[in-house]
Amino acid sequence: MIKLKKKTPLIDQHDKFGFYGNKFGGNYCAETMRKPIEDLSKLFEKLRKDRKFLKKRDNYFKHYLGGETPFFKLENLTKHLGGAQIWCKDVSAINGDAHKAYHATVNALICKESGKRYIAGDTGAGMFGKNLAMAAKKMNLKCKIFMGTKDISRQAPNVKFMRDAGAEVVPVDSGSKTLVDAVSECMRHYVSNCDNTHLAVGSAIGCNIFLKICAWSTSQISRELKKQLIKEFGEIPKLKLINVIGGGSSALGFWNEFIEYDKKHVELIGVEAKYAAPLSTNARVAILHGAAQYCLTDKEGQIAETHSLSAGLDYPGSSPLHGLLKDSGRARYTNASDKEALAAFKLITKLEDIRPSLEPAHAWSECIRLAPKLKKSDVIVVNNCGKGYKDKKIYIEQLGYYPK
Amino acid sequence: MKNSINNAFKAAKKENRPALISYTVCGDNTKDKSLQILNSISKDLDIAEWGIPHNCPTADGKDIQNSSYRALQNGIRLNDIFKLVKRFKKTKPSKPIILMGYYQMIFNYGEKKFIRKCKVSGVDGLIVVDLSFPDNKNFAKLCMKNSICFVQLIAPTTTVKRMKEIIRSSHEMIYMISTISTTGSALKYSIKRIIKNYNFIKKIKPSKNVVIGFGITEKTISNLKSADGLVVGSAICREITRSLRDRQNPVTNVSKLVRKLKNKII
Ligand SMILES: Cc1ncc(COP(=O)(O)O)c(C=O)c1O
Repeated sequence: MIKLKKKTPLIDQHDKFGFYGNKFGGNYCAETMRKPIEDLSKLFEKLRKDRKFLKKRDNYFKHYLGGETPFFKLENLTKHLGGAQIWCKDVSAINGDAHKAYHATVNALICKESGKRYIAGDTGAGMFGKNLAMAAKKMNLKCKIFMGTKDISRQAPNVKFMRDAGAEVVPVDSGSKTLVDAVSECMRHYVSNCDNTHLAVGSAIGCNIFLKICAWSTSQISRELKKQLIKEFGEIPKLKLINVIGGGSSALGFWNEFIEYDKKHVELIGVEAKYAAPLSTNARVAILHGAAQYCLTDKEGQIAETHSLSAGLDYPGSSPLHGLLKDSGRARYTNASDKEALAAFKLITKLEDIRPSLEPAHAWSECIRLAPKLKKSDVIVVNNCGKGYKDKKIYIEQLGYYPK
Repeated sequence: MKNSINNAFKAAKKENRPALISYTVCGDNTKDKSLQILNSISKDLDIAEWGIPHNCPTADGKDIQNSSYRALQNGIRLNDIFKLVKRFKKTKPSKPIILMGYYQMIFNYGEKKFIRKCKVSGVDGLIVVDLSFPDNKNFAKLCMKNSICFVQLIAPTTTVKRMKEIIRSSHEMIYMISTISTTGSALKYSIKRIIKNYNFIKKIKPSKNVVIGFGITEKTISNLKSADGLVVGSAICREITRSLRDRQNPVTNVSKLVRKLKNKII
């Protein structure tokens, strides 16, 4: 069992080679990338201590992304399920419609600081792509988004956003034509253009520095939540924090401020898509996109194909930081099928005013399973990390309607 | 340490030319075909590199991706690769063969088991694209212990300090990446600049054999003649793709191409 280090932020618990718990992460990349990522690491370490930069970030979060996202109780759902109190941290209310807005914005700010004029990123659901495109436009950067052709067609509304914001959307037609291929192609683009391009990786994956930047940016969510909880309850109550896991960036942001709490006090529950579930199905450790991580592979070590209705979850790997949280026993991981996520969407939208995208619908599904088994004094908070508009067409195909 | 790789460079040097090194993907487009190709071109080669196909090759361009895809579609496995190497070495025991791949394939197989298999099948060297300095120190040692040459890469982005460390810890061969790119793109830098980088590396330790690779084609190869060795990969893979598309025999076409490449450097 791996032990977490006390009083060390989760992202900083790596050794000098970028490994967490001697097992996850690292920098498995081409020699060409070594210098650029080393430069980026130095820049990031400087910026995260730089008051002026932090102020700039906070200003962007406040004025450009709209500030603190709401936290509220779902009275109807709580009553309906008849167990734990259910609360929603509605990150989807952010300008940009998903948590990806935080690290897209931070990446654009870092790109600016680095003096590079080009920024490139991968996207599956299109949430990161869209937010990166918007941030790039705001900061006058040239933006390229790599996206699998299957995702371009199933997440069309977000593709339109990207193009309207002036980004070039590069279709990736290799392999399964989904996120895994988009990330690979984006990394290739970086290998070939690292002298003038900043790489913005769409989740907490990749070589050490990329996952650090990502999780550092999304942790805004838990900073807000902690304050909101104290305001509401006067203390941090006995909690279960439920979050969907694709690469794992939203969960890391949602959990970051609560890592040091005992798990009996604040339990962390990650929900994967059933057929893209390396953390909850005992997948082996493999090296994908520059890092060692729990990842679905075949016996030969080739990266396995995944299946999920949700483009944002259709990815065989997982953040090295989730490997660390799993092996240290700090978080636990489960999964939900397409069907369960759809059923959750149906129930939630019947009872409440929120309209989650397919990704957080998986988290809601676990909440629905769990709440009835718990007491009234138990508090569940779900990170509603993405807006449903992008999946409207899929919901209509699958359920026959999209609620008002 | 067995000296097949050093000997290959020496032999080429004697003829006053760079060593010619091919890169093809093992199993492209079938196991037997890839062996036939290698057997046929080996008379014009000094060293053969064989790619271990992986389905997430983040440092490869389209041509090598296509080759890897074909090989995987036809069911190549790591154990097949070792068997094919053995068959190749049976008829050409002194022709050095270097396996090149991504660390995931080795990690999944188990480092020690992988090296043992390399040794018994006759692999002379290894290039692991995404296992760079200093993370490769232990693996390089393991290779050394088993008389396998671990080939490190140096890129245009590599700092001088790092370059010196890489060269100090390197075995008999070093791979210089010509331009900032994945495999298979055109040379982005002038020949002059590439040769300047090459000379810079050579000067640090002249006894190391430094080869240049990435983006070398029939058109550019003769301009780089002054190097210890030149690797041609994507151009060959492209020829296999073209042959298959035009329903021609890749063995004869690739052999012709390699002969032409050889003629340009003698
Ligand atoms: C709304 C939303 N949630 C979750 C995810 C999954 O990614 P991650 O686990 O990194 O948050 C995505 C990915 O695109 C997303 O758009």
